[in-house]
Amino acid sequence: MTIFSLFVYIFIGVLVCVAYFHLSNFLLDFFTEKTSKKSINDSSIRVIIFIAPGFIVLLIFILYPVFETVRLSFYDKYGRDFVGISNYIWAIQNPEFKRAILNNLGWLLIVPTLSTFFGLVIANLADKLWWGTIAKSLIFMPMAISFVGAGVIWKFVYDYRGPGDQQIGFLNAIIVFLGYEPQAWLTIPLWNNLFLMAVMIWIQTGLAMVIFSAALRGVPKDMLEAARIDGANELKIFTSIIIPYLQQTILVIWTIITILVLKIFDIILALTNGMWQTDVLANLMYDWMFRGGGDSGRGSVFAIIIMIAVIPIMILNIYRHKEEQKI
Amino acid sequence: MADININTINKYYGDVHVIKDISLDIKSQSFTVLVGPSGCGKSTMLRMIAGLEDINSGTISIDGEVVNDLPPKQRNIAMVFQSYALYPHMTVFDNMAFGLKLEKRSKDEINERVQEAARILQIEDYLQRKPKQLSGGQRQRVAIGRAITRKPKVFLFDEPLSNLDAALRVQMRVELAKLHDQLNATMIYVTHDQTEAMTLADDIVVLDEGIVSQKGSPMELYSNPSNLFVGGFIGSPKMNFIDSKILSSTNNSTEIDIFGTSKITIPKTSSNSSNGDSVTLGIRPEHLLVNQDGDSSWESKVFVVEKLGSGTFLYLEKDGEPLVVETEGDSNIKVGDTVKVGFTASRCQLFDSNNQAFK
Repeated sequence: MTIFSLFVYIFIGVLVCVAYFHLSNFLLDFFTEKTSKKSINDSSIRVIIFIAPGFIVLLIFILYPVFETVRLSFYDKYGRDFVGISNYIWAIQNPEFKRAILNNLGWLLIVPTLSTFFGLVIANLADKLWWGTIAKSLIFMPMAISFVGAGVIWKFVYDYRGPGDQQIGFLNAIIVFLGYEPQAWLTIPLWNNLFLMAVMIWIQTGLAMVIFSAALRGVPKDMLEAARIDGANELKIFTSIIIPYLQQTILVIWTIITILVLKIFDIILALTNGMWQTDVLANLMYDWMFRGGGDSGRGSVFAIIIMIAVIPIMILNIYRHKEEQKI
Repeated sequence: MADININTINKYYGDVHVIKDISLDIKSQSFTVLVGPSGCGKSTMLRMIAGLEDINSGTISIDGEVVNDLPPKQRNIAMVFQSYALYPHMTVFDNMAFGLKLEKRSKDEINERVQEAARILQIEDYLQRKPKQLSGGQRQRVAIGRAITRKPKVFLFDEPLSNLDAALRVQMRVELAKLHDQLNATMIYVTHDQTEAMTLADDIVVLDEGIVSQKGSPMELYSNPSNLFVGGFIGSPKMNFIDSKILSSTNNSTEIDIFGTSKITIPKTSSNSSNGDSVTLGIRPEHLLVNQDGDSSWESKVFVVEKLGSGTFLYLEKDGEPLVVETEGDSNIKVGDTVKVGFTASRCQLFDSNNQAFK
């Protein structure tokens, strides 16, 4: 496809949209005038007509896959024969599934908490240092790197060569320099999970920091001065005044990172591919869905479980958003 | 108890010299009001006393102790902010108890002190509410309560009533005056509102562009402003200024011309002026006589009449600014009428070309 034909398609697409809205608007005006009844329904019909195209696209690309995944989870590996809940029973009895759930829980507890914590502390400190802006841009930079790219970068940090060889891994180079044995970091069970989480924290701290930096500017200066006069030191002001003041922001950032972490996949794929007990749900789903011929039934089960896990966080988010709107 | 001595302090923001060699003595238990237009340095002064701003040179001492390098908490002060600056996530009780908790007071003492402050300010019913659930006036009380509970030697107020509506402002003003009587503490109050300054102060300090323009009791400033700025700033509506020339002068009086039509001899002199110099005659609206001769008089047309009930303000045509005259509330003078205005010599102020007052 040439660039030219691409532009032609874009042009036609835009033209179709414009034509749709004008035509539907014209027809609606024409018919409402004919009946000459200025009914209240007029505006709601117009809303339906304008929203319909977007809604239909959403329906096809988001809602339909959800229902299709649910359906597939009750069928066999080829999606042909109905097998009831046997895929789910298989998953529950599978030790890999149990470990993936535990790993996911670890990720959920550690990554959002530490990213939020570091983000808040760094944002607060950076405002007080002359080189704070430089530090902030450096910390924000990983945000621009894709998860896979970050995985590759950190693969070099954790890289391992035999004891006699030149260490090209950053961490091992330091360890060897200090006179210790080099370690194959990514193969040490449990610890390797933490090493993988470090990559995610490295990326997400930047996001948290940027949002907190903006939020900190909204903290009234008078209030901090009042606390200073009340006798609070900087640490007390931070813990007793600033953190409670920012609790809404903290919750938002924590939720954003939590949802990201629930879907964590790329970093693990790039660094360990789920080996050495680092599997999480998304990797299991990918493995079962596409590897070794593929099993759409079992793969779908994992997809559904991830979706169900996200729902409470989404509900919390929507509920909180509504509460804020009320005020 | 807590005298405050300010000795030739200076403050710069970059190249801007905002406080210029100010020296001030504030007596213990007095109510001192720093007043001036915005940008005159009054808030900066207060913040330097509080310890929220560095002092570039000079010293501030509280109770004889130089506090230049002490953090706010060691200065034994409390401050009330214009924006109230309450902690939004804490209840009223916790807001008022925060300072005491930091001082590690016992639970009973904290409770007792907060209850006492709440009683004085009549906010006992709101102690468990959050600031968000209070009205502006109630929030201001909490902010004052937070200052009271710590029993400081010095209270600092930074335009505390500016965010309140007019009726509430008058009410809180009266309560602040009452509070000063009750607490017997040194209070320093910053405002741009000359009415607040006049009604609350034992001493008013008028600041203008980083220097003390005049310091004195409210009536002293009202009757004997030492320069044109203070004359114009104190009093509402403001003092009338009339450009004039010295016709002749003796040891104890100066004769000047009024609008080229009449003359008046004012019992004040200045060593800096001689015959023929231009001067400014200042007289307050309430001191002008309507349709009476006084020591000298002048006639003009009324172009605006403002009826306030208790009094009436007449705006008379004069080249440049209008001449404002106050007369009784039931006056029946109408727009377009010609009115004779009488000047009383003893009520007139004279300012020389450097804006300094004649004595």
